[in-house]
Amino acid sequence: MIIEEKHQSFRNKIRDFAEEHIQPLAKEIDEQQRFPHDSFKKLGQMGIMGMVVPPDYGGTGDDMITYAIAVEELSRVCGSTGITVAAHNSLAVYPLYLFGNEKQKKKYIPPLAKGEKLGAFGLTETGAGSDAGATKTTAELKGDFYLINGNKCFITNASVADTLVITARTDPGKGSKGISNFILEKGMPGLSVGKKENKMGLRGSDTAELVFENVKVPRENLLGNEGEGFKQFLITLDGGRVSIGAMALGIAQGAYEKATEYAKERIQFEKPIGYFQAIQWKLADMATKIEAARHLIYHAAWLKDQNKPYIKESAMAKLYASEVGSWVCHQAIQIFGGYGYLREYPLERYLRDIKLCEIGEGTSEIQRIVIARDILK
Amino acid sequence: MDFELNEDQRMIKEATRDFAQEKLAPLAQEFDEKEKIPKEIYKELADLGYMGMLLPEKYGGSNLDFISYILAMEEFAKACAALEISISVHNSLVCDAIFHFATEKQKEKYLPRLAKGEWIGAYSLTEPSAGTDAGSLKTTAILKGDHFLVNGTKSFVSNGEIADVFIIFVLTNPEAKSKGISCLIVEKGTEGFSVGAREKKMGLRGSDTTELSFEDCKIPRENLLSEENKGFKLALTLLDPSRIAVGAQSIGIAQAAFDEALEYSKQRVQFGQAICNFQAIQFKLADMATQIEAARLLVYRAAYLKTKNQRCSIEAAMAKVFASEVANMVVNEAVQIHGGYGYMKEYAVERYFRDARVTEIYEGTSEAQRIVISRGLLR
Repeated sequence: MIIEEKHQSFRNKIRDFAEEHIQPLAKEIDEQQRFPHDSFKKLGQMGIMGMVVPPDYGGTGDDMITYAIAVEELSRVCGSTGITVAAHNSLAVYPLYLFGNEKQKKKYIPPLAKGEKLGAFGLTETGAGSDAGATKTTAELKGDFYLINGNKCFITNASVADTLVITARTDPGKGSKGISNFILEKGMPGLSVGKKENKMGLRGSDTAELVFENVKVPRENLLGNEGEGFKQFLITLDGGRVSIGAMALGIAQGAYEKATEYAKERIQFEKPIGYFQAIQWKLADMATKIEAARHLIYHAAWLKDQNKPYIKESAMAKLYASEVGSWVCHQAIQIFGGYGYLREYPLERYLRDIKLCEIGEGTSEIQRIVIARDILK
Repeated sequence: MDFELNEDQRMIKEATRDFAQEKLAPLAQEFDEKEKIPKEIYKELADLGYMGMLLPEKYGGSNLDFISYILAMEEFAKACAALEISISVHNSLVCDAIFHFATEKQKEKYLPRLAKGEWIGAYSLTEPSAGTDAGSLKTTAILKGDHFLVNGTKSFVSNGEIADVFIIFVLTNPEAKSKGISCLIVEKGTEGFSVGAREKKMGLRGSDTTELSFEDCKIPRENLLSEENKGFKLALTLLDPSRIAVGAQSIGIAQAAFDEALEYSKQRVQFGQAICNFQAIQFKLADMATQIEAARLLVYRAAYLKTKNQRCSIEAAMAKVFASEVANMVVNEAVQIHGGYGYMKEYAVERYFRDARVTEIYEGTSEAQRIVISRGLLR
């Protein structure tokens, strides 16, 4: 795995953009629980909203490493922006590209890839979290349309998305093989957004319930074939995990940089605290673990780019980056002392934001199941 | 070795648990959201004897032993950590400081009103540039005849906004550095003394934390607590009990988070069964319970030494660092067990996660505790 020149120059570009346009909003959107629509218009113009699809569909056709770097650099200054981009690209645009037919792709992907529209992925339900196959939402075929009924919860971008990919049960008798995926559009009668969640962190991102009451979805909006939904979302989540890992990596990197700077400036006992071995070792461990996480993530992304299996590697990358990232943010607060606990400083936000990386797109517990299954198979 | 609580201690624990669970726990989320605790609560606490727990009856106190006090703090923290820290500062840093180091005249003036909850106390050592290095204070108090002229800024003062009586540490002899620190009692409303805006914090949002500013503030000489230039030692002496109290707060928060997680794991069904049937969750619960138990024993042991008036600086530091790190591990796992729900403010574990974080920071960071412990070991 080699980080090429193009990756470095892309990193420079996205970092400059993130520091200029995304960072200044981070504190405010967290405090006000405000979704920064304009940011995604700008990111769309840069190609960041269609990184995982080729130019034929309005995307940039970047490799997975480049995409991971984008999510990492955005999250380094603002986790909320990072997750919105990650969910849009990995969970909405990507399954449309992978499993959609040509007509669906031409219709739905270009406006999403350009950032004119936002996408969401509706999988989780109140009774189907880690056990994602326990979906209760139903889709009943009635001639030329499906009638969809049920609820989804914890859906990123639910209330801002124009295009939604959702899972529903088309055959109640078949367990996980009776699940299918559908493309829904905002404004379809019977489709509504339920309660908006009040979260610990990522408060500038949108998380809400979706409610389906006799939503008539044209038959042509079925993604792939009936019964393929479970397989499709597992493949989707493999890619998504790399992006959540990249998000954790970026947040950890941001917290680490701030802690390092502070360790050089903060004087106690007449010396910068970075002079003390206890702080030095913390920083050394933080930097080492971040570096290990970064390599796990880029390696998983590289495997994907080489069309090699990467299920175990993406789960490892996500698990390690999110747990190490939470630890790094925790230590960064320790280095800041009392100031780290104040909302005036960004450190407490970094900790609240990164906690989600251990939960979303498969909890750490689920990643361990995925890894163990692969090891024991 | 006797691990049994005595009858009085058991009664305090039970009475506090009943009161805290019934009256405070249902309000904790609201205190957090509104970032405020209504002041009337302190009156109710005083009527029940919680505002002068460690004071003798002579001053209107409840005359409890230190173990009983710690048991009560644990129960308060289990219900509402924000209110607990407020009560704890008032009792173990302010009332106790005045009781142990004040003149009889000072005791008579302050203690009965503090115990009755008419006055609330705050304690202020930290300054913007004197955190872990608490000896590097910059706030000066220069003796001018019958008063001290105080100038400077104190930070991170718990109860700053609601307090009437402040115990502050200042430099009376700037050249002598930490050997020139003294302790003064300051009353709210004193000219030249002002309280800053509430800090916006990650957690413990119900409790108020403020800056204090002194601009040519005249404090009468009779408000000196203990002797001149003996303040740093006094501050360190007071930190032992307050560290044990933060240990109690930590296990209170951890126990609350554990109880929620245990209950949730029995109710939450995934893969056709309650998630507590899975070994991964079972082992998490086993580790959480074991760690809490170990932390509790360290905290009780330090409290026992304190009750016996034995030296307990190392034990208090060990109890504090261990219990606070356990609390953070436990709240983290409690959120994991709750999955996505644990990240939502509707569930109490979200608040426990934010509240627990500060236990590793205040009354000496975990790093400061390790300095205390290792110095003791290497002496």
